[in-house]
Amino acid sequence: MPTSEVPVLDRARTRVLEEGLGLEEADILEVLRLPDEHIPAALQLAHEVRMRWCGPEVEVEGIVSLKTGGCPEDCHFCSQSGLFSSPVRSVWLDIPSLVKAAQQTAATGASEFCIVAAVRGPDAKLMQQMRDGVKAIKEAVDINVAASLGMLSQEQVDDLVDMGVHRYNHNLETCRSYFPNVVTTHSWEERWGTLKMVRDSGMEVCCGGIIGLGETLEQRAEFAAQLAELQPDEVPLNFLNPRPGTPLGDQPVMDPKDALRAIAAFRLALPRTILRYAGGREITLGDLGTREGLLGGINAVIVGNYLTTLGRPATSDLELLQELKMPVKALSATL
Amino acid sequence: MSAAVGTYCDRCGQADPADAAAHAGCRAARELEPPRYCTHCRRRMKVQVVPTGWTASCVEHGSLSS
Ligand code: SF4
Ligand SMILES: [Zn+2]
Ligand SMILES: [Zn+2]
Repeated sequence: MPTSEVPVLDRARTRVLEEGLGLEEADILEVLRLPDEHIPAALQLAHEVRMRWCGPEVEVEGIVSLKTGGCPEDCHFCSQSGLFSSPVRSVWLDIPSLVKAAQQTAATGASEFCIVAAVRGPDAKLMQQMRDGVKAIKEAVDINVAASLGMLSQEQVDDLVDMGVHRYNHNLETCRSYFPNVVTTHSWEERWGTLKMVRDSGMEVCCGGIIGLGETLEQRAEFAAQLAELQPDEVPLNFLNPRPGTPLGDQPVMDPKDALRAIAAFRLALPRTILRYAGGREITLGDLGTREGLLGGINAVIVGNYLTTLGRPATSDLELLQELKMPVKALSATL
Repeated sequence: MSAAVGTYCDRCGQADPADAAAHAGCRAARELEPPRYCTHCRRRMKVQVVPTGWTASCVEHGSLSS
């Protein structure tokens, strides 16, 4: 067994790489605290863990906002809350445009298309739009449909299963102890309740959050450990992109080195999950960040634009995957 | 001010978008954001982002797209 001068990475090599178990919270915190010179070794180990337990494929996804803005909740990072003076206005996407977005996403080779709505939870109108939209997509495009519609009732969970939604995203956003600093209109436990219903329904669980909300490193480690307890099929990792008009609008963009530490730490906490690069990677890590992440434990990307902000062109990410010899996960591999 | 710049900044809605110093941050941010304010009347526009582009429309001054 190769030993380094970094005991926590030696422990991780045994526990995570060899045994396939997630790193425990105290060691996650140690990874988050590693001095700069040990970050490359942590990313390298995270990459080995990803290759061993997930393989070289990269899952590619496109996301689209079905209902933007005007949300009654107060998540302090979110430009879509109707409670802040954000410039984002409420708007609905029509079904033909939704189908077109799914077609354009599929054309990149993506296997996942996630429909998102800025709501506390769906009402009857949104559920009807979903029913019509998912049906129209399935008739026109070969792609997995995922959804992110906030907190659900059991009946809504069942309806989404009936529609053929295969994965549900509901982010815990941050650890339980920091959540009340970020959201006051609902609780972390309410989110957890939806996630349990989704898990029990047989849909895949997608649950991640945002790093850099002002949480301490201890709280960041707590969050990784809480996600590991949930064992989601996918964890989307966002880095705060401070939005004008939101309570976190003046929060600094996080240090790119801390972002890299977080990527390694979350992979070591979650050796088998799909760990997706989501929003904020461009502003936090720049163009090179995508490469560093994909060689440091990330095995999924959102291509193209986000919900209210823009991303790199899909072609930039796809060319990079080719260069890194990481095949795009085929739709057939996910069915 | 050049005609193409308009009267208001399309990111922050403030006047004098040609004042490079005042809106340098807006211009940099706009590389990864769609416009939010109409440059003619500073109304907030209805903006729809999709994976491959965006459209932004002002009720008075019509639509823009990427
Ligand atoms: S529930 Fe979602 S859309 Fe609404 S404010 Fe929170 S993060 Fe934004
Ligand atoms: Zn401006
Ligand atoms: Zn106008």
